[in-house]
Amino acid sequence: MLTRRIIPCLDTRDGRVVKGVQFQGLRDAGSPVELAARYEHQGADELVILDVVATDRGRSHALDAVRAVRRALRIPLTVGGGVRTAGDAERLLGAGADKVAVNTAALDRPGLIDELAERFGSQCVVLAIDAAATDAGWRVFRRAGQDPTGREAAGWAAEGAERGAGEILLTSMDRDGTRAGYDTELLSAVSGIAAIPVIASGGARTPDDFAAAFAAGADAVLAASMFHDGDLTVTEAKQQLALLGVEVRR
Amino acid sequence: MTDVAVVRTGSANLASVFVALERLGGVPRLVDRPDEVVAADRLVLPGVGAFASAMGVLERADLVEPVRAYAAAGRPLLAICLGFQLLAESSEEGGEVRGLGVIPGRVTRFASDVRVPQFGWNRVEWDGSGNPAGHAYFANSYRLVDPPNGWDVATADHGGRFVAAIARPRQLGCQFHPELSGAWGEALLRRWWDQC
Repeated sequence: MLTRRIIPCLDTRDGRVVKGVQFQGLRDAGSPVELAARYEHQGADELVILDVVATDRGRSHALDAVRAVRRALRIPLTVGGGVRTAGDAERLLGAGADKVAVNTAALDRPGLIDELAERFGSQCVVLAIDAAATDAGWRVFRRAGQDPTGREAAGWAAEGAERGAGEILLTSMDRDGTRAGYDTELLSAVSGIAAIPVIASGGARTPDDFAAAFAAGADAVLAASMFHDGDLTVTEAKQQLALLGVEVRR
Repeated sequence: MTDVAVVRTGSANLASVFVALERLGGVPRLVDRPDEVVAADRLVLPGVGAFASAMGVLERADLVEPVRAYAAAGRPLLAICLGFQLLAESSEEGGEVRGLGVIPGRVTRFASDVRVPQFGWNRVEWDGSGNPAGHAYFANSYRLVDPPNGWDVATADHGGRFVAAIARPRQLGCQFHPELSGAWGEALLRRWWDQC
């Protein structure tokens, strides 16, 4: 039986880990290699690096960080941020990513998902979706949450799955960095429609939040600040989840 | 330092495999010629993607018979994920496609009542070989159900038991990704490496 996964996320910029609240106000949170090794040791099931690519130099720093993390890591590594073409994905995979996350570029050109799945296999392709509640339901935003797209979150997830994405990384912009818990209604809506695994992101504070996300249909949970700030280790989170009857790898 | 020949099976993402082999003390390099397979001290058959396209790559490079003969002779071999499935007689993925036929059996799709692909960590248990049980990272839609004779066999459950790994002296085939399966996966690779 498959276990539920816990995935620490490193938001990086110029090779350093940063963390913002509701997509703003970045602050430094440490070295990616040190954090990656620490989280694997604690029992993390995978690691995600989302890089804020500001400049060409930043892009090469990001590739260096992926290479360094890969050498330190023996679990799957997903990398996203600024992936616009199959060539961008190939560079990240070559540097040591096992999966590549696409977001804005897939919204602008959905065929990119088909192209990546065809070339690298669906197991390499993660569709990252930033969603927020609006009067018209959950809508998808592009460019790190800056621009509304008018797309509906569950429908976009289903289209991504049909086009060949292997997993959905679903971030609630309303909850990101707030520690108010995952948006379980959003999770239920998306995981009920997409036929592929959904990774819940945005708002985690306690193991109970993880359990609620799993109950709402998430296959995996992503968290950043709660782990970076040392509130809770992955080991402790898994111990508590096991007590709650959630199947985890230990 | 020991050379390891990694067979080019198509678009497989190899960075993690290379790093894992380097941790064992190996010097991995990609090979795609029959003479390189014949001369290999240790051979790795990696693979992600579709069965038919990987067999097509091997056929066009005239590698089917050299790899089959190398594996059948019991020489040092590591086969991962799709590379492991290629060892079987055939697969139903993409029609009915012939494999290398190193082990009997047909690779079939997971049952329809479980999530396909299988993505994530599943518990792997060896049948009485003394290897430790543990969790391994899988990413597959097809699997082998019937264990081959003459191999130690590990199984896992995803809508029924399936073959998660097979091992005999100097040879290891894994449906999962040992290079992504943490300390447990590294220990498994280390046991294989030390036998070679």
